[in-house]
Amino acid sequence: MASATSADTFPNMSSLGEAHVDNERRLPAKPVNPVMETRDLNVFYGDFHAVHDVNLSYGRHEITAMIGPSGCGKSTVLRCLNRMNDLVPGARVDGEVLYHGQDIYEKRVDPIAVRTQIGMVFQKPNPFPKSIYDNIAYGPRVTGMKVDNMDDLVEEALNGAALWDEVKDKLKQSAYGLSGGQQQRLCIARTIATKPDVILMDEPCSALDPIATARVEDLMLTLRNEYTIIVVTHNMQQAARVSDRTAFFTARPDETTGNRTGLLVEYDLTSTIFSAPGDKRTEDYISGRFG
Amino acid sequence: MSIAATTARQVTLATGKSKDKTPVSLAFLIALWFSMFFGVLVLLALIVNTAIDGSTRFDSELLTNYASIVRPESSGFRAGILGSLWLMVFTALLAVPLGISAALYLEEFADPTTRWNRFVEVNLQNLAAVPAIVYGLLAVAIMALLGFQNAGIVLGGALALALLILPVIIITTREAVRAVPREIRQGSLALGATVWQTTWRQTLPSAIPGIATGTILGLSRAIGEAAPLVVVGLAGSVLFDPEGVMSRITALPMQIYSLTSNSREELQQAASAAIIVLLVMVLGLNALAIFIRNKFQRSW
Amino acid sequence: MSTSATAGPTGPSSGTGLSAAVDLSPKSRPGERVITVVLQLSAYASIAITFGIIAALIQPVTEFFSEVPFGDFFAFDGTYAVLPLVTATLMVTLIALLVAVPLGLGAALYLSEYASRRARKILKPTVELLAGVPSVVYGFFALTFVTPTLLQEILALDVGFTNALAAGLVLGVMIIPTIASLAEDAFSAVPQAMRQGSLAMGANRMQTSLRVVFPAALSGVAAAVVLGMSRAIGETMIVTLAAGALKQFSLDPRDGMQTMTGFMATTAGGENPVGSVAYNNLFAVGMLLFVITLVLNLVSISFVRRFRQVY
Repeated sequence: MASATSADTFPNMSSLGEAHVDNERRLPAKPVNPVMETRDLNVFYGDFHAVHDVNLSYGRHEITAMIGPSGCGKSTVLRCLNRMNDLVPGARVDGEVLYHGQDIYEKRVDPIAVRTQIGMVFQKPNPFPKSIYDNIAYGPRVTGMKVDNMDDLVEEALNGAALWDEVKDKLKQSAYGLSGGQQQRLCIARTIATKPDVILMDEPCSALDPIATARVEDLMLTLRNEYTIIVVTHNMQQAARVSDRTAFFTARPDETTGNRTGLLVEYDLTSTIFSAPGDKRTEDYISGRFG
Repeated sequence: MSIAATTARQVTLATGKSKDKTPVSLAFLIALWFSMFFGVLVLLALIVNTAIDGSTRFDSELLTNYASIVRPESSGFRAGILGSLWLMVFTALLAVPLGISAALYLEEFADPTTRWNRFVEVNLQNLAAVPAIVYGLLAVAIMALLGFQNAGIVLGGALALALLILPVIIITTREAVRAVPREIRQGSLALGATVWQTTWRQTLPSAIPGIATGTILGLSRAIGEAAPLVVVGLAGSVLFDPEGVMSRITALPMQIYSLTSNSREELQQAASAAIIVLLVMVLGLNALAIFIRNKFQRSW
Repeated sequence: MSTSATAGPTGPSSGTGLSAAVDLSPKSRPGERVITVVLQLSAYASIAITFGIIAALIQPVTEFFSEVPFGDFFAFDGTYAVLPLVTATLMVTLIALLVAVPLGLGAALYLSEYASRRARKILKPTVELLAGVPSVVYGFFALTFVTPTLLQEILALDVGFTNALAAGLVLGVMIIPTIASLAEDAFSAVPQAMRQGSLAMGANRMQTSLRVVFPAALSGVAAAVVLGMSRAIGETMIVTLAAGALKQFSLDPRDGMQTMTGFMATTAGGENPVGSVAYNNLFAVGMLLFVITLVLNLVSISFVRRFRQVY
């Protein structure tokens, strides 16, 4: 990882104005005391270099969006944040992923403990083939969470995901009877039932219709008050609507092999990225001249 | 000229429509039909012929009496039927937990590198095609290692049959487990569940219909198999019920096999009737497996 | 998330977000560990069966060859000669393949190229039922119906009470599903685009089946035939009952002749004391049988791999 390349990759990281504050949310230019950070993150699948030198920090109670064309490694980065990449055969992670200052890829870290703190919502709604109730209760049960009253916890989680009113009369029915949007909100409810600190979302609305998408986006804005959310999306409008900060990734083909390696181009407040991006590639992408 | 062209085109279209109905095509289709149904016709002939031969012996004594050469007209298959049922139970006890455990390990826990996978795959596919009689030899050797001089007991027979169907159970269980979508596993793991919790609470329950189908088919194969039992030294006939895993027993296919060397008319009829009993058991298990597959198998 | 006071098991950080360090240290999960080891042992034990077979055979086989010279085993004549058993096995297998290859491939072509989805759902298990019938039942049928009624009465052939022909014919029926099912997989794996290309050029279904699908699936067809052959060679009860217990070298399918598996069943069923040369002879034949079927199975598996790789 030549340092020249990495400096070249993040021109904006260094040139961020110190006094820049977002009007609407009054956020500092850089996340202060970030919940998570990646430092020189590189991901390999076998010989394939999937992601190159990503340096990012994710602020508390903020929504960070990761956008970019397909194959730019944004989902790969997301999956590193709760060690879901461990499950991919041949995956290797270099660099550091800090969570509250602790490298979660350190030897003495339990990936299962990481995942109870850092939950994940997937691209396609993936409820379990169980009842709505059991879907929610599953996480607390398997992690051995001490729960005084499971019924209350289920109600609380479903309320938190704005789903309670729609399903309160059919908690014992199969989750497969719900609509796609409801299923996705169920998956969010399932995640918050385990009381995580961070919620990762991997293109959570890509399988949903516009109305269901709007509901999930509203939900994300509500959840921001209690959780730190990191979302990967291919939908730029979505990033502009919900996120506080946006990281733009792109893919660079390798000169020799032609494999495309993902890298971070620019990371800034969402308002800045969408109004005055500092990199031409970002501007091209946002204005629709690319991908 | 233009009229001629039009008619020519119409002709082509007309013959084109019936291209699948030329005599050669039809003969070909009939040949395929014949291939399709020849085996079934043979099976029907077998069942009808055997049922007619055994028709005089469809009585309760066939099921409740022991074999008898002295009174061949009322000779029965009690020992064989009970022996086969005992064998089936103990075969299942040996093979099912081991097979499912092995399959779960290979699918959910094992090193997924291609070389290892390939080795396992080839190994299992070969084991599924090893001649049944060879498993008899292996069972004899294992029984000798365990200190049994005579392997012709419940344990020896069940061991041979369990070894025989183990690869089938592993292969079908792996297929059933593989059919459960990855998203379900990921969802569970992302909530902080361990691999075993995910396997036990998500993957396994979803795979049960497939596993049950494969297991029942395996057991139906075991119950009809005679070759490994011959090698193990199961008796062709005993005159007592099985009492435990150390009991000397016979099995229904063994009893039928031993009767073929006896040319007395009554015993041949009894054997025919016993074959119908065996077919009812085997085909019944097959039907059950197909029923489970069609009724409970979820298509994701 | 403030109503219930439940805290996660791993630390104080619940949704409210504390900047205090979170406990991510590995927890000991003894149950998980034990289960993993048990599952692992099951898997290794199962895979080790292959080596178990070899280990089980090797001791009696070495004992056998310490008393019987190699040349006496691989000979056509003599007490321990195996070659007559091998030729009988090949004879019966050949007859079985003559029955099963055309019928099995025909059934497979019908299932993959002609049958509707719904028809296939019913027809496939029906064909597979043939493999579910116990072989002792087939053997009995060959002995009591095929030989006396079909061959002797109807076809007026001069066949013996036991003969290779009846055994081979019935064995052929038994392995139809083995060939049909693997070949059907191969035919179905041929991309639809190839069929459409052929049909678009004006070929009919028969031409498409024979000239496009069949050649494209050739390695799968080969796999099916080789696996069927392996099954036929290893099948025991049909040949023991219908081909007879007379070890002789004959090329006339009307003769009775003992196959390798037939010899094994007869010897094992006899009263040979454990450790005697006659008893060890059983293991020597068993080893040869295992090696032959192993080679055939590996050939079949590699053919399967080939067609899986292509499509």
